[in-house]
Amino acid sequence: MSAVKYTRDHEWVKVEGNIATVGITDFAVQELGDLVYVELPVIGDEVRAGERLAAVESVKAASDVFAPVSGEVVEANEALDDDAGLLNESPMDEGWIARVEMSDPKELDALMDRTEYDEFVKEASH
Amino acid sequence: MGSPHRYIPNTRADVEAMLEAVGASCIDDLFADIPPEFKLDRPLAMPAALTEAELMPELSRLSSKCANADECASYLGAGIYDHYIPNAVDHLISRSEFYTAYTPYQAEVSQGTLQAIFEYQTMISELAGMEVSNASMYDAGTGTAEAAIMSCASTRRNKVLVSRAVNPRYRQVLQTYAAPRGIDVVEIDFCKRRGITPVSRVPADLAADAACLIVQSPNYFGIVEEMEQLGAAIHAAGGLFVAVVNPISLGILAPPGSYGADIAVGEGQSMGIPMSFGGPLLGFFATTGKLMRKMPGRLVGQTVDSSGRRGFVLTLQAREQHIRRESATSNICSNEALCALASTIYMSLMGPAGLRKVAETCLYRAHYLRDRIESVAGFTIPLSGPFFNEFVVRPSVCADDMNEELLAAGIIGGKPIGCEYPELSGCTLWAVTERRTREQLDTLIRELEVLA
Amino acid sequence: MKGPQSLIFELSSPGRTAASLPAPEVPTPNLSSLLPAHVLRNDPPGLPEVSEMDVVRHFVNLSQLNHSVDNGFYPLGSCTMKYNPKVNEDAARMPGFAQIHPDQDEATVQGAMELLYSMDRYLSELCGMSRFTFQPAAGAHGEITGLFVIRAYHESRGEHRTQVLVPDSAHGTNPASAAGAGMEIVVVKSDERGNVDVGDLRSKVGPSTAALMLTNPNTLGLFEENVREIAALVHGCGALLYYDGANANAIMGKSRPGDMGFDVVHLNVHKTLSTPHGGGGPGAGPVGVKSFLEPFLPAPLVKLDDATGMYVWDYDRPKSIGRVHSFNGNFGVVVKAWAYIRSMGPDGLKAASEHAVLAANYVMRKLQPYYDLPYDRDCKHECVLAGTRQKREHGVRTLDIAKRLLDFGFHAPTIYFPLIVDEAMMIEPTETESRETLDRFIDAMIKIAREAEEHPEVLHDAPHHTPVGRLDETAAARKPILRYTRES
Repeated sequence: MSAVKYTRDHEWVKVEGNIATVGITDFAVQELGDLVYVELPVIGDEVRAGERLAAVESVKAASDVFAPVSGEVVEANEALDDDAGLLNESPMDEGWIARVEMSDPKELDALMDRTEYDEFVKEASH
Repeated sequence: MGSPHRYIPNTRADVEAMLEAVGASCIDDLFADIPPEFKLDRPLAMPAALTEAELMPELSRLSSKCANADECASYLGAGIYDHYIPNAVDHLISRSEFYTAYTPYQAEVSQGTLQAIFEYQTMISELAGMEVSNASMYDAGTGTAEAAIMSCASTRRNKVLVSRAVNPRYRQVLQTYAAPRGIDVVEIDFCKRRGITPVSRVPADLAADAACLIVQSPNYFGIVEEMEQLGAAIHAAGGLFVAVVNPISLGILAPPGSYGADIAVGEGQSMGIPMSFGGPLLGFFATTGKLMRKMPGRLVGQTVDSSGRRGFVLTLQAREQHIRRESATSNICSNEALCALASTIYMSLMGPAGLRKVAETCLYRAHYLRDRIESVAGFTIPLSGPFFNEFVVRPSVCADDMNEELLAAGIIGGKPIGCEYPELSGCTLWAVTERRTREQLDTLIRELEVLA
Repeated sequence: MKGPQSLIFELSSPGRTAASLPAPEVPTPNLSSLLPAHVLRNDPPGLPEVSEMDVVRHFVNLSQLNHSVDNGFYPLGSCTMKYNPKVNEDAARMPGFAQIHPDQDEATVQGAMELLYSMDRYLSELCGMSRFTFQPAAGAHGEITGLFVIRAYHESRGEHRTQVLVPDSAHGTNPASAAGAGMEIVVVKSDERGNVDVGDLRSKVGPSTAALMLTNPNTLGLFEENVREIAALVHGCGALLYYDGANANAIMGKSRPGDMGFDVVHLNVHKTLSTPHGGGGPGAGPVGVKSFLEPFLPAPLVKLDDATGMYVWDYDRPKSIGRVHSFNGNFGVVVKAWAYIRSMGPDGLKAASEHAVLAANYVMRKLQPYYDLPYDRDCKHECVLAGTRQKREHGVRTLDIAKRLLDFGFHAPTIYFPLIVDEAMMIEPTETESRETLDRFIDAMIKIAREAEEHPEVLHDAPHHTPVGRLDETAAARKPILRYTRES
């Protein structure tokens, strides 16, 4: 299993070959509460790292999900269309949001590993 | 703090006690944060207060200076119609639990408003043959503009096509909203003989990068458009089809959903809302399930309470300005809820059979009048397309002179439309509702015969 | 207490009707001889089939499930839920106002036009502006209209300014309206006194700035103490100042936006000028401008023709932004506001603001010992308290406090707004509530603060005495049911 990397905006990214699977972290989901809808990206769209990729909605809030890496959106998790609750139940697995074919895998180097992310979350919540 | 006023209950003694509680010696202490140079140091220059007994005659004086549709037989339409409003409508919307409530933010004490909106959404969906309706827009003009904006957002295109036979005022509102956003509005001309928007005027190359095609049916001239063909043309190019419709006509005309409209908007004033010089009105807005989350405006949804009983809440609020702020689907907040309630009560009173009967009566009487006018020397009907309850007449006399003569006989004549359509210079637009009796129609004909 | 009611569709019985319609009295040929068969409707719409009595009972029963100004205190912040005078309702229903068509010849609607003309004069005097348009149908509609005007003004000077500055305490409509006017939004921070942070403003205002939108008093209920400096900064770089009138109930006859330097104003007639909110509308959002912006207002405006003494529509406005409403805006609502202004007079309007401000300060100071007060300053017409103490110490959220208030027969304050205050409760009592009512509300709030300490579970499960219990908003949003569907 390949390593999972994390962003400061609480996205995670898992890499297999040139394909990056993107979601939001368990910490983010806990903060957002019950999610009711995920606005999925359009397949074929080019995204750049740090730009808006998707959005997640709770009853009283909407939060943008930013692309951790640049590339082309090749897949979106349509299961979330039927049941956004998957994000609450399984944020790091079944609740993945999109797959991006990376154009610049070096961007991954700037992201955190789990230990660094946990440290980041701990500091941020102080 | 002024002398006692009927709308301000607290007495001098109350004020003293309250000032003491807040630790202020006088009321102006509480305004100390307003910089002195911005304090108004004189009374507002306005007329002194009137008692209720003085106010009513003053209002009557103004009201009596207007020729109203209870006293005159009005043939004006063009988006606002003099339909019959059952008495129960005003009695029910005058329940002050409805009209003195705010937006239903606290659902548990707003079930009356919420359920009524849910019923409204259902009725509009049924009437338009669409899957979902929002809780209302300001009017048909802003509804049309919002439909164009929603089309651009969901197709990610930046050009909208609109028929020139769409109400010119709706097109003006559309233009006002479109220009600052960089949306290009392209007008499609109508056929000068039939008054319809021919599908041949929507060629593939023009439609290719259009977000939507906006067509009104019955159109501004009252003529029923070939909606199915027009919808197919824009769909073939990947754009959305926006239908602007008259809800009363839907008692007999095919609903937007049946011809593939993606968005249906229209003016709901015809359903239980007085003309009121053009407002408040009721913009209705319906769309498909697929586009539901791109919709502007409030939505009410069904849910359950803590003990499993059915209840209603505002829902899908993450589309709206109070949550999404600059990324919201629209800036709309207050809408026309009480007008939506009036139309819900109207539709409930009419039912499917009543609505059909209203539509048929308008249609039959309008056709009778059109045929009679056509037989009067000096009056011609320039457009030949099939129509609902409105039609264009070309008088041989000056339209303004004609209307002045008619007014003397207690008749408010058709609307001159030459300014809006130079090619129809001298023409007038006449609307006939079920409020215009056979006797009134025949009187009108006699007056026109004298004029000719 | 009434509970949930049937939907009107569930009362339907085939063949029943409440319609009472005349016979056509003219020839009634087959429809398909008048219209092509394919444009005719095949299936009737699924409207209910009910009697008049069914309709009346249904909607009266529904009305009884509502809280409203007429059945209880409604301290909803930023909404100015003052008493809606009954005479105003009668005014709007007079036949010369309700039964007139917007396309009637001017000569036949002189009374209505005189009313609009004089209302323009009254509102201009109230706000220190030069001219008002009545086309905007609501506050947000007024905002976007004002921004269209500002945009047109800059463009007329050959300037392409793309940014609108909005404080972080602003109503959501401000950024949404600015986006609708094709502008980019730049957020300005608030300082520790709850004012616009002038330093932050200075760093953000510049040659791209089209306008600053400001609510004053702001959404914290606080007067912007630095409004002179703010106006100088904004005007100094060629940008304009927009006044969001949502909170104008604090300053009538006391201070005027025009004098403070604002160039464009909208008023929420359904807040400040007593017209009812109708469960979400119709309101009215007239927009006033200084004289240099008059040419850009939506056309037409009402004008008095001095030669004839007639009121006429002035369409000849080549710089106008165009129409923002199909007709004349919410005229019927403006009639009610006109009746209110004439009933109040200059002294009454000023007294209304003074009493409103006193009431808000009274509630704030009485509740200060029991709830956190993030900005401890005299407030204007509303105050913002916070449920942070209750959340931290007792696990009770502001939502719980709001829901518990419903059990006491009060509407809840606006909660979780402004966004910059954690667990915010925005309370606006208005001038039309007596001291006794305010005291009852204060007592309920104190009792709830005690319950939070002693019986937090009572709050978590609240409300207990409303027509329905707490509703599941998550379920509603996950699987939206937006209409009734007949069971087949």
